[in-house]
Amino acid sequence: MATSSPPSRPQTARGPAVAFEGVGKTYGATIAIDRVDATISPGTFVAIVGSSGSGKSTLLKTVNRLIEPDCGTVRIDGSDVATRELHQLRRSIGYVFQNIGLFPHMSVAQNIGIGSRLATRKPLADERVAALLDLVDLPRAFAARLPEQLSGGQKQRVGVARALAGEPGLMLMDEPFGALDPVTREALGEQYRALHDRLGLTTIMVTHDMAEALLFADRIWVMARGRIVADATPAQLIAGGCGAEAEALVAVPRLQAERITAMRSAERAP
Amino acid sequence: MTLDWPRLADLLAQHVQLSFAALGLALVIALPLAIWSVRNRTVASITLGFASLVQTIPALALLALFFPLLLALSAVFGDVISPLGFLPSLLALTLYALLPILRNAVTGLRSVEPAMVEAADGVGMTGLQKLWLVEAPLASTTIMAGVRTAAVWTIGAATLSTTVGQPSLGDLIFAGLQTQNWSLVLAGCAAAAGLAITVDLLLGLIESGIAHRRHARIWGAGIALALGLAIALWPAPASDKPVVTIGAKRFSEQYILARLIGRRLEAAGYDVRYREGLGSAVVYRALTSDEVQVYVDYAGTIWTNEMQRQDPEPRRQMIGEIARWARAQHGVQLIGPLGFENTYAFAVRPDDARRLGLRSLDDVVRVAPDFVFGTDVEFLERPEWQMVQKAYPLRFKGRRAFEPTFMYRALSLGEADIISAFSSDGRIAANGFVVLADPKGAVPSYDAILLASRSAAADKRLMAALRPLVGAIPVEKMREANYRVDRDANKQSPADSAAWLDQAISAKTEDRNP
Repeated sequence: MATSSPPSRPQTARGPAVAFEGVGKTYGATIAIDRVDATISPGTFVAIVGSSGSGKSTLLKTVNRLIEPDCGTVRIDGSDVATRELHQLRRSIGYVFQNIGLFPHMSVAQNIGIGSRLATRKPLADERVAALLDLVDLPRAFAARLPEQLSGGQKQRVGVARALAGEPGLMLMDEPFGALDPVTREALGEQYRALHDRLGLTTIMVTHDMAEALLFADRIWVMARGRIVADATPAQLIAGGCGAEAEALVAVPRLQAERITAMRSAERAP
Repeated sequence: MTLDWPRLADLLAQHVQLSFAALGLALVIALPLAIWSVRNRTVASITLGFASLVQTIPALALLALFFPLLLALSAVFGDVISPLGFLPSLLALTLYALLPILRNAVTGLRSVEPAMVEAADGVGMTGLQKLWLVEAPLASTTIMAGVRTAAVWTIGAATLSTTVGQPSLGDLIFAGLQTQNWSLVLAGCAAAAGLAITVDLLLGLIESGIAHRRHARIWGAGIALALGLAIALWPAPASDKPVVTIGAKRFSEQYILARLIGRRLEAAGYDVRYREGLGSAVVYRALTSDEVQVYVDYAGTIWTNEMQRQDPEPRRQMIGEIARWARAQHGVQLIGPLGFENTYAFAVRPDDARRLGLRSLDDVVRVAPDFVFGTDVEFLERPEWQMVQKAYPLRFKGRRAFEPTFMYRALSLGEADIISAFSSDGRIAANGFVVLADPKGAVPSYDAILLASRSAAADKRLMAALRPLVGAIPVEKMREANYRVDRDANKQSPADSAAWLDQAISAKTEDRNP
């Protein structure tokens, strides 16, 4: 059984613990996730990596029940998510995904305030919108803009702000920065990790980018064939000995880094 | 001939009421169906299939089909369901408007990106919140495009509701077509087109308002539409005089006689409304249900269509039997025959008559294989044609159906060689056509008879105003009156011709009783 916890938990942590207990899902003859058992300590940033079809997105979506598992139980702070009222459950969890999904007919402020509108039928207070824009490093004037007036990176910042608006303890991120250019991606990843620490969140992020996982996560789950085949800290993964799948995934950024280093030293050589 | 502006305004108002009601009802039905269809493939194929099927039925036929259907329903549920007028028009037009709204709404809702649905689920929307906050707004421009199409179709097709007795701008078009009054046809078309364009523009403003989030535009156009409907619904100033509705079928003689009756009733202190352009079956039914209080029908028509009789009887007996039957069955009063007959008269060109020695239908049997038979649109389906065929073995080279107006022209142009003309039509004499005798008496008598509904029959003053018309119109006067409307040059309106006829027969009455 995998247990992931941060090196040092912030004092202000509000993130919950998450537990998967024998969670399985099949589509016809295909096993998407194969009775996964795993736990996440409060305040941990977990990255799930693995090749396409390894079941990482499916596992993530069982937490906010965008996918209902065939068997097993997902618990948040000990309570079974299946017993929670669906919409209440989702409103209490931040969800960010690759396609962002900003509502094009709503302004940035309306997008950020959608959770408040759903729960209380009232728009989110202007100060609160401004604070959330500050949090994701966007100018406050963006509140009045429409999504079509924003760049990809700006849109996903709004996506993160929308997810954070309901003050969730748990953030689910499904390849959140996958569609962005590398520079924006790096900056957003960095800033999000800082937010995670500041707010004491529990974050589960699915990514196909091993470098991103290594740089920002506390723990990395490597998935293959619907199972978690490795659960390790970034340091442990780089050190090796975590299995063939993990080795293959770590090899990519490592090789890239070595080549770049080699090119640099070649340039410096007289 | 000047346009009757108050009448145009009244018809426009009725047209607006009918088409808005049909469009509104179609929206109420189509939008929930579209939402259901998007969630269920089977429902989608059934609803879209049905709506497409309806669309393949010509609007005129769809309207006509509701008549027997509602007639059957009214037999079960009684007078609550009227097979005439507003209800069948509303139902047919609603069915017609379903397809564009349904199809566009389904397309619009289906084209909402999966990312939007995932985002809506992810932020914790309920099914209804997702529909209202995300799916509906994103599909709204496509849906509005469908509503616009439906609006234009409905306003156009509503002109056809005239045929089932619902007043609309079609009244002008049908009356104009029958009397070859093109300015009347154009007035009806222009008003309908103007209405369609205006509504389309306003709906277009709403559509662009939704697309560009301009609330002022949406509200402005919405208020303009609501205002138009409110004006249309504004009740006409109530008349302090009793109101009588006069019915008329779809040809010149009927329009003229309706106006003649109208003149007499107005003189007697009644306020008069006209329901014109009604089909033969429709108009009698309207009289039995008291939606029409007075109209002129023809003995043979009631005899064959309503009484289902095929055995010709002498005129006097026939009228007596019709009077007894109508009173017993429907409480309808036969006030009396007007004094002329409008029967089916087989007519040929004078040169053919001379050259081929054509005097009676017996002579036609011989030449029929070389003749093209021109008829009005209904004659070949009528029992009279069966009766004629039984008496004379006629095998024509071909048959062509025309609107009555064009039938006479077809004979003179050689498009047809023999026609089933109407004996009181002024164009027979004007063209010098030769009417053939019916020695075997196959065609029943078609005496024009004045009919009154149950309520009209109970009104002594009304009956007293109409009784002088009994026996007062000789066929020559009727032909002259018809010709004044039907001739190509110096045409008169049915109202003007009725005024002439009124004076002509009054003069005659005075002559007789000095």
